[in-house]
Amino acid sequence: MLRVDALSKTYATGDKALDDVSFTVEAGQVVGLIGPSGAGKSTLIRCVNRLVEPTSGSVHLNDEAITGLSRKHLGQMRRRIGMIFQEYALVERLTVMENVLSGRLGYVSFWRSFMRRYPAEDVQQAFALLDRVGLVQHANKRADALSGGQRQRVGIARALEQNPELLLVDEPTASLDPKTSRLIMRLIVEICSERNLPAIINIHDVVLARQFTQRIIGLQEGRVVFDGAPNELDDSVLTRIYGEEDWTDIEGARSEESAEDDVSEA
Amino acid sequence: MSSTLDAGGSANTHPSTWKRPPVLVKNNTLRYALIIGAIVYLVLAIGSLEVNWARVYEGLDRGWQFVKGFLQPDFTSRWKDIKIGMIESLTMALTSTVAGVLISIPIGIGAARNLVPPFVYRICRSIIAISRSLQEIIIAILFVAMFGFGPFAGFLTLSFATIGFLSKLLAEDIEVVDKSQLEAVRATGASWWQLVNYAVQPQVAPRLIGLSLYRLDINFRESAVIGIVGAGGIGATLNTAIDRYEYDSAGAILLIIISVVMLAEYLSGYARKWVQ
Repeated sequence: MLRVDALSKTYATGDKALDDVSFTVEAGQVVGLIGPSGAGKSTLIRCVNRLVEPTSGSVHLNDEAITGLSRKHLGQMRRRIGMIFQEYALVERLTVMENVLSGRLGYVSFWRSFMRRYPAEDVQQAFALLDRVGLVQHANKRADALSGGQRQRVGIARALEQNPELLLVDEPTASLDPKTSRLIMRLIVEICSERNLPAIINIHDVVLARQFTQRIIGLQEGRVVFDGAPNELDDSVLTRIYGEEDWTDIEGARSEESAEDDVSEA
Repeated sequence: MSSTLDAGGSANTHPSTWKRPPVLVKNNTLRYALIIGAIVYLVLAIGSLEVNWARVYEGLDRGWQFVKGFLQPDFTSRWKDIKIGMIESLTMALTSTVAGVLISIPIGIGAARNLVPPFVYRICRSIIAISRSLQEIIIAILFVAMFGFGPFAGFLTLSFATIGFLSKLLAEDIEVVDKSQLEAVRATGASWWQLVNYAVQPQVAPRLIGLSLYRLDINFRESAVIGIVGAGGIGATLNTAIDRYEYDSAGAILLIIISVVMLAEYLSGYARKWVQ
C-alpha cells in the first residue's frame, strides 16, 4: 500500500510542480495519473522514489516512510519500487540480460555486479521474466537492437526483477503505436493483478487510461482535481483537468465501452 | 477553404520579405562598430609584423635543401640511431598513454558535474586546468631538469599532458550522457559505483577508447617534439640530424614519423568502428 500525504514540490526556479497532493493506493490497484503536460505527473511519481526530492509532505510504502530516509537507506527502499520509463531508458549498449539483471543492483555487492556474477536465483528469475514477456531468445542481444515494444518489455522485466512492492510507470506508451501500446498496457495490468502489485501509471492517452486502469487521478497545475472510477470521467471532469475542448470523441469511446459492458453482462 | 487560398493570393496582407534577426548583437550601430573595429585591428596588426624579406630569401635556400633531403632520404647511414630513437619514442608514447589514461579516468569522472558533489568537481577541474595550461615543451624542460636527459622525462611529460586532455574530454562526455539511463539505474537502488559501471561506462566507453587511440597518436608526435629539448626518443635523433646539417637523414626520420602517424590514424579509425 502506498500513502502520499500533503506532498508538495517547488523547484529551485520557483515553479510549483506539486501542491498538497494526497492519496493512497491499495495493493493490486492500478491507478492512472492523467493531466496536461506540465501538470506535475512526472514530478509526482519521481517524488515517490525520491528521484526528485519533495519539498514537503510524506510518502509511505507499506507504512514505512520513504521521505526522510538517509542516502544509504534510500537505496534499500528504491530497490523495492520498480520503475518503468517513457522511451524505455534501457542502457542501450548493454545486453538485454544485463538490463534485466540491473534490477538486482540494489541487492548485490559492487563486485558481483561488476563481474556480472549474479546469484543463481537472480539469473533464473531473469530468464523466467524474459520468458514471461516473450523475449527469452533475445537475452544476449544488445538492447539497442530491439524494437520499441520489445524494449519496453525489457523495461518491464527489469522492474519486476526487483521483486517490487510498488510499480511506478512513467508514460509507458508515449512512443509506441496504438496496438503495441495496448499490448504493453495489458501486460502491465496483468502482472499487477498476478502479483497483487499497486501501480501508478502516468499516461497521456485518456482512452487507454480508461480502458486499463481501475482508478484515475487527474492532476492540474500540481493539484488533484479528480480522483475516481474511470467511468466517472465525463465531459465536465475532462474540462476541469485539461480545459475547454470538444470531448465528443473520447466521450463516444466511453459510451461504446459501457454499451459493450452491458452486452457482456446480459 | 477560400480563406487559406486568399492567404497565398493577391489580396495578401502578410509581408513578403523576411530577414533573420541578428544572433549575437541586437543593436545595429554597435554591431557595425564591432565589425569595422575588428577589420581595422586586423589591418593594423598585420602592418605591425616586421618581416625581413632578405632573411626570408636566404631561408628559402635552406628550405630547398631540406626538401631535397626529403626527395633523397637517407635511411641507411644513421639507421642505428633512427632505430633506437623510434623504439624509444614508441615505448614512450605507449607507456605514457596507458599511464595517462589510467589516471585520467578517475579524474574525468570526478570532473563530471552530474556525478559528484561540487567540491570534488572543483578539485578535479583544477587538476585538469593545471595540466592543460602548461604546454608539453615547458613541462618537458622542467622534467628534464628534474630527472635528467632521456625518455623517462619524456614519459612523465606525456603522461601529464594526457591527463589534461583525456580527463577534460571524458568529463564533458559524461556530462552529456542520456539522463534517463542514469535515472533508470538509480531507480533500481544501485550504489554510486554501480551507477558508474552500469549507466555511465557503457555510454562513454566507445568514445573513451577512440580518444585514447587518438591520444596515443598525439603522444607519438609529441615525443618527436619534446625530444628536441632533451626528453629522448626520435626527436633527439631528429635534432641531432638537423644540427649536423644531415637533411637527408632528417628527411628519412620525418618520413618515418609521417608513416607511423598515418598507420595509427588508419588503425584507430578501424578500432573506433569496431567498438561502437
